[in-house]
Amino acid sequence: MRFTLLMAWRDSRASRRRLALYSLSVVLGIAALVSIGSFSANVRQAIDQEAKGLLGADLFVTSPAPLAPPVLEYLKGLGGDISREETFSSMLAIPSQSHVRLVQVHAVEGAFPYYGKFQTEPAGGLEALRGSSPTVVLEPTLLAQYGLRTGDAVKLGRTLFTVAAALKKVPGESPGVAMMAPRAYISMGELAGTGLSGPGALARYRAMVRLPAGRDADVVVREMKDRLPQFRLSFETVGERKRSLGQAVSHLDGFLSLVGFVALILGGIGVASSLHAYIRGKIATVAILRCLGASARQSFSVYLLQGFALGIAGAVAGGALGVAVQLALPALFKGLLPVDVDFFVSWPALARGTGAGVVICLLFSLLPLLAVRRIPPLAALRSAVADRAAVAADPWRLAIAGMIAASVAGFAVWQTGQLSVGLGFAAMLGLGFLSLAGLGYLVSWAARRFIPRRLPYVVRQGFENLHRPNNRTVLLLVSLGLGTFLVLTLFLARTTLLREIEGAGTLGRPNLIFFDIQDDQIADLRTAAAEAGTPVVESAPIVTMRIASVKGRSVDDLMKDKDPKVAAWALRREYRSTFRGSLSQTEKVVEGRFTGAVAPGGGPVPISLEEGLARDMQLHLGDPVDWDVQGVVVHSRVGSIRTVEWRRLEPNFFVVFPDGVLEGAPKTYLAALHAGSADQSGRVQRAVVDRFPNVTAIDLALVVETLDGIFSKVAFAIQFMALFTVATGLIVLAGAVLMGRHQRIRETVLLRTLGATRRQLAAIQLVEYAVLGFQAAVVGSVFAVGGNLLLAHFVFHVAAAAPFGQVAAAIAIVSALSVLTGWAAGRGVVDHPPLEVLRQET
Amino acid sequence: MLRVTRLTKTYPTAAGPLTVLHEASFELGPGASMAIVGPSGSGKTTLLGLCAGLDRATAGSVELAGERIDSLDEDARARVRNASVGFVFQNFQLIPTLTALENVLVPLELRGERGCEPAGRALLERVGLAARFDHYPVQLSGGEQQRVALARAFINSPKILFCDEPTGNLDGDTSDSMVELIFGLNRERGTTLVMVTHNFELAGRCQRILRLKGGTVVSDERAA
Repeated sequence: MRFTLLMAWRDSRASRRRLALYSLSVVLGIAALVSIGSFSANVRQAIDQEAKGLLGADLFVTSPAPLAPPVLEYLKGLGGDISREETFSSMLAIPSQSHVRLVQVHAVEGAFPYYGKFQTEPAGGLEALRGSSPTVVLEPTLLAQYGLRTGDAVKLGRTLFTVAAALKKVPGESPGVAMMAPRAYISMGELAGTGLSGPGALARYRAMVRLPAGRDADVVVREMKDRLPQFRLSFETVGERKRSLGQAVSHLDGFLSLVGFVALILGGIGVASSLHAYIRGKIATVAILRCLGASARQSFSVYLLQGFALGIAGAVAGGALGVAVQLALPALFKGLLPVDVDFFVSWPALARGTGAGVVICLLFSLLPLLAVRRIPPLAALRSAVADRAAVAADPWRLAIAGMIAASVAGFAVWQTGQLSVGLGFAAMLGLGFLSLAGLGYLVSWAARRFIPRRLPYVVRQGFENLHRPNNRTVLLLVSLGLGTFLVLTLFLARTTLLREIEGAGTLGRPNLIFFDIQDDQIADLRTAAAEAGTPVVESAPIVTMRIASVKGRSVDDLMKDKDPKVAAWALRREYRSTFRGSLSQTEKVVEGRFTGAVAPGGGPVPISLEEGLARDMQLHLGDPVDWDVQGVVVHSRVGSIRTVEWRRLEPNFFVVFPDGVLEGAPKTYLAALHAGSADQSGRVQRAVVDRFPNVTAIDLALVVETLDGIFSKVAFAIQFMALFTVATGLIVLAGAVLMGRHQRIRETVLLRTLGATRRQLAAIQLVEYAVLGFQAAVVGSVFAVGGNLLLAHFVFHVAAAAPFGQVAAAIAIVSALSVLTGWAAGRGVVDHPPLEVLRQET
Repeated sequence: MLRVTRLTKTYPTAAGPLTVLHEASFELGPGASMAIVGPSGSGKTTLLGLCAGLDRATAGSVELAGERIDSLDEDARARVRNASVGFVFQNFQLIPTLTALENVLVPLELRGERGCEPAGRALLERVGLAARFDHYPVQLSGGEQQRVALARAFINSPKILFCDEPTGNLDGDTSDSMVELIFGLNRERGTTLVMVTHNFELAGRCQRILRLKGGTVVSDERAA
């Protein structure tokens, strides 16, 4: 043992810097795992500590209709405290700037929050709401967007409100909520004056309850479900919020860890490849040791120890870097987290990340190190025998490869918590690696076959390095190609989605929708819109209704099913249906026949259901459905099933009734318009909202902006992790170049001796790394374009965008980075005088 | 000390088996010296490698220091080499990452011996490298490297020393002093010496000369 330690230490002296660089390959992968793992632990602890503050109450009771007296009576009977909130979308007008903006109005009443704090800037925003004059607390993004300050006036409906403060944090709400529409908090007392509340408004009604000591929220929920099923209430308790948040954190942690793990595997491949070259340089040393009496095990142990030390060094550096990255993560996830996260290092996460790093590093090290056992002492006399021994089959190699596959699959299963998903990930990863490696061999082969002899010497030399012994083609294609693939796929998917949404507003299609238009306002609104230069393209009546029974069974009865076959959301929701005589451009009947009109009193009404809804409700053609249309029961049967292009911003509905049934029911309207420009859109919105304060607008530009914001935030987090993969690829490249520097140093020196200038040598390097980087970038990009096509087709169901600019930029950037890394790592070679190098090499 | 009986080495090749050594036999007593000579490709190095236990013969036997090494596995042969054998190679074969002193100490450290530095220093002084203990091979001249190799070969007091063209890479003067050292130490320590060489003058200093041609021993004569 002493000899092994001594020899490993002494032998590493001349190559410690090189070994340290090899260990860098795994540093980023470990750092990614440690940072994500430790940060998740921070978030979990914060969720535990702030459990009650997550909700701000013990129980939320939410209803799509104003809370009915029996519900309120029951809640009051519990003996705790109750606060109420009414939430709906509306247009906020800024009189000083003639701007209107969609906001989510929260009208609040009572002492909520009971736990945690309603935080505003300046403090005291909630108290200001409870004052006598109309005040509003607004989302800070809104204030920033329009340059609003406290004390400024804004208008909601008919009422002018004074901005009291900017919202910082409200218990019970994730900051992510604000991404959809900025929030505006007002007092419930001011609501009536605004004229925004009333029948037909799309509102959510909530009671926030603090239970008396000893009352269990889960028991209360069970009791309410039993006693008050007819009110279609939904509930949320602290425990439930904690569970769902914990689950979300686990999913994110699992997903990001897998991305980090890809970087670690790439690093492992880098280590294996570097050590392979390192061991080739140690053949003579091992042969001498064997001549002097070292056993195969002793000489193997010397290098195994070095490999282990390399893993430990990588793990220590990776752990430290991971903790540093962890410090940056709260800023990265800002706006997505429901809790304030305190920084602490999670030792289990650190141990897991570094442990995984050491194991992967060691397993990948073993592949090249196994060859040490096979170096015969005779190699000291004849070097060719070492090559013969190296190519001999070794069953241990197969065993190690199996262990690597098992550890990758094991890690993936552990992270995802699902056997099938974990194995699927491992299989996909294996497939990705194999196809990239296969492509690498193909490129290498093609380089040997098809390089024109007429090319200038330096260019040809660069190309030929793709297939010569000890080339880096496969290694580079796998590492850089995979990194490029991951990052670019995310970019392309983002572009695909945004273009699809943006495209929805082109070609004269509607890009602005007004809703909540009352029956008596629609005619005047058409006139107002036309006067503002943007006539209504399409309008639709909306009648709110609920399902009374499905196939003869009442909703209450169906909801009691232990093993429900019908989706609860479909039964409980309030439907906003329309009636019309024909299909719209966004619809296509896939089953049955669409009926445009019926005569009154002609039996069950043939309705048209959206395909997804029909599936979730297990409904087929001819099945009877009874509707409660604001107190009146309407009998219907499924007359047709149709597909709907939801992503188009047009009046789309789950349920369409024929003309002749619902005309007499209380209804509102929505109207779709096409605004030619942002200015035109702003003008018509102002004109309409000024005259009809209850009307709300959705602007496609706003939707695109909102989605882009959410996507950017989420994609940035993923891209941040994927960048670890790209950076690992570059480190592997640097390692490969340094490795090549030792392999090819003699060749460079010989070229210098034979008269090659520094410029020529540099040009050969440049061509080689440009070609390597370029092909890795091209292959990665081709895979990314393919991945985006698959995502677009199978996941998003849209046409994939193929932004040539993005792909070309990615190829150029990766190629440039490769050249830069190659140049930086190989710099020293041409600086040495030939004699000095020749002498070192003997 | 060394008994070689009908030693044969055959390699499989694409064109069929290739015999590079055919039934070589000889015997060498303690303290004796023998040169193996012959043209390139005659099987000299193969014979040396087989005698030293660096390779396995296809047929025949090798008895080294009283032990049949042809029937031992590789690790057991490594133990025999460590205990009884010293090597000097044509291209010195020093471990480039170790200093001169560390190179010399390797055989003893392999046995787990401690406190052996004084012995190593003494040997390096004996070969005239008192001022070079901490130099790496790359910092030494060819002659100095070969002297380190010689010191390493004698550090474990081998019963037999195998030399493969020990002066092949050295100039005339350096070569002469190296030869003096090899034979001097051989005499001082009573080590058996087996040397492969093209140099007839050097071969002539050995007690016996074994001539090989095409893998076959063509003569085994006493030096004049």
